[in-house]
Amino acid sequence: MQLTTWLQLVLVRPFRRAGHRTALVAAGLPLHLAVVPLWLWLLGTMAALVPALTPLPVLLTLVVTPLLTVGQRRRYRALVGKDLPRPAAPGPGRNWKSAVRRLTGQALWRQVCYHAVAGPLLAVLDLAVLAVWATALVAASIYVWIWALPPQWRVTDLGYTTQAAYITAGGLALLFLGPRLTSALVRLDTRAAEVLLGPSRTEKLARRVADLAESRAGALDAADAERRRIERDLHDGAQQRLVSLAVNLGLARSALGDLPEDARKVIDEAHREAKEAIAELNNLVRGLHPAVLEDRGLDAALSGLAARLPIPVHVAVDMPQRPSPTVEAVAYFVVSEALTNVVKHARATRADVTVERIGETLLVVVTDDGAGGADFAAAGGGTGLAGLAKRVASVDGTFSCRSPAGGPTVITVELPCAP
Amino acid sequence: MRAVIAEDSLLLRIGVVKVLEAAGFEMCAQVADAEGLLAAVEEHRPDIAVVDVRMPPGFTDEGVRAALVIRHQYPRTAVLLLSQYVEERYATDLLAANTSGVGYLLKQRVADVEEFAEAVRRVAAGGTALDPQVVAQLLVRRHSDPLDRLTPREREVLELMAGGRSNSGVAAELVVSESAVAKHINSIFTKLDLPKADADHRRVLAVLRFLGVTTA
Repeated sequence: MQLTTWLQLVLVRPFRRAGHRTALVAAGLPLHLAVVPLWLWLLGTMAALVPALTPLPVLLTLVVTPLLTVGQRRRYRALVGKDLPRPAAPGPGRNWKSAVRRLTGQALWRQVCYHAVAGPLLAVLDLAVLAVWATALVAASIYVWIWALPPQWRVTDLGYTTQAAYITAGGLALLFLGPRLTSALVRLDTRAAEVLLGPSRTEKLARRVADLAESRAGALDAADAERRRIERDLHDGAQQRLVSLAVNLGLARSALGDLPEDARKVIDEAHREAKEAIAELNNLVRGLHPAVLEDRGLDAALSGLAARLPIPVHVAVDMPQRPSPTVEAVAYFVVSEALTNVVKHARATRADVTVERIGETLLVVVTDDGAGGADFAAAGGGTGLAGLAKRVASVDGTFSCRSPAGGPTVITVELPCAP
Repeated sequence: MRAVIAEDSLLLRIGVVKVLEAAGFEMCAQVADAEGLLAAVEEHRPDIAVVDVRMPPGFTDEGVRAALVIRHQYPRTAVLLLSQYVEERYATDLLAANTSGVGYLLKQRVADVEEFAEAVRRVAAGGTALDPQVVAQLLVRRHSDPLDRLTPREREVLELMAGGRSNSGVAAELVVSESAVAKHINSIFTKLDLPKADADHRRVLAVLRFLGVTTA
């Protein structure tokens, strides 16, 4: 390391913000000490045995608390460079109810605790740090004092002795220590303010949960909207083009009857493949987000789904109004996956799907008459039953699967849907 | 025969027009929305209107509503609906009044050029053409009725009848003889308790019962 960088690191950097911080520590002193006279007065009145006046200092504390908090917030902002997060508001309005809420709420009493208990303790530390600074400055410049002060003002005459050199060295050491002490105190001070003046841990967690729930819902909706957009694009673009291609190939096949056998075969093949591509694209689009679901809702989409299965499926949907598109999509894909499982594994001869809206819950039940024994744990990864459960959990729904050996299997899903 | 087409996707419209022209239809008008369709039917009085379900401006069921108007006001114009997916309400709405001269196919069927042309011809001549998927879906909800008494084979025959096939068409599809088909159909009539009136009428009634459309 170069000498200049080292000097910069050790000598310059700690001092860069030291003045600013020390000034704010000094500004904190009167704010921290503001409640102390009230308590001294309380002790005084207790001593003078006037019990009737005891509540007065407490009331005064309550009155000055908000003012002191405003002051401390300003100081915090100046120290840290951003606003101290506010605790949750006790409630709207300025009537007696909200006043009672304010008085009984945790936030106020935590503030009182800060000003009455933490404040005086911090004030002591503030004083100590300021004293360190003062001592350091005086001691480091002891030679200047010896030179500048007239001899009769001095308490003791040190003279330009070795003792003065020791004092200078001690002062320099304290100067070196000063910025570190100051920033440690600033950390302690801001931490106390955050804990007692900011939102409590519970409030912070509650706020975080609300934020996360909101952002997750946003992400889900965005993903869903994106799927619908892709579905529309595929339908309007590639699908139409493929149908047009297949039509042309089909026309070519019937118009060019006198072609050689192998040319005819090639056209036949191309036509068949174009039709297969259309079917595949249809399946893909259905897997993304079926258009019928968006246009006509769960009832129509589930009927279409049931019609494509090899076993009879009875579908009954009872919903006075449609849930959100995201919930609708989850319900659709849950039923889709459950029925796929029924066909693949259950050896069932029929299945029943009921979708019912009860209050703010969408109840989806899929039943089959198959062999049962569906193993929830064995279904791995993002597919099968475990995948279903994850999809349901993503919208705060509940998923249960009862499948005793010998059947029947009943899958019950509850999805919350706001009114 | 004369036809009009209402379809907002240009590619698909061109495709349908090509198929129908190749099949010998005279295309009187090609429009892209329901309003244009009604005007074209009023002007040309075609034998058949081929109509997309979803059209501007709302992209919901404009085509179905226009089709119902055509069935009501111009009974001599047959209607064939094209849809991206199956919605049974469209089919039952359309079939409720009268099953002749009605069709409902998925758009992708246009690619089966010969079958599509045949279906259009059948509908224009007063027959019906229902997509196999439409039929399957209408079946999903009807279980607790006389239809349960049908054997799987009889059910297949009835499905094909509902799709608009004749006896020989059914026989060709199932690779059986026509007399076998006739036997199945008689058995179906018996199981559905249909009166011994003329065969065509019973046929229509059987299909209606199958589709769950209540008849007075």
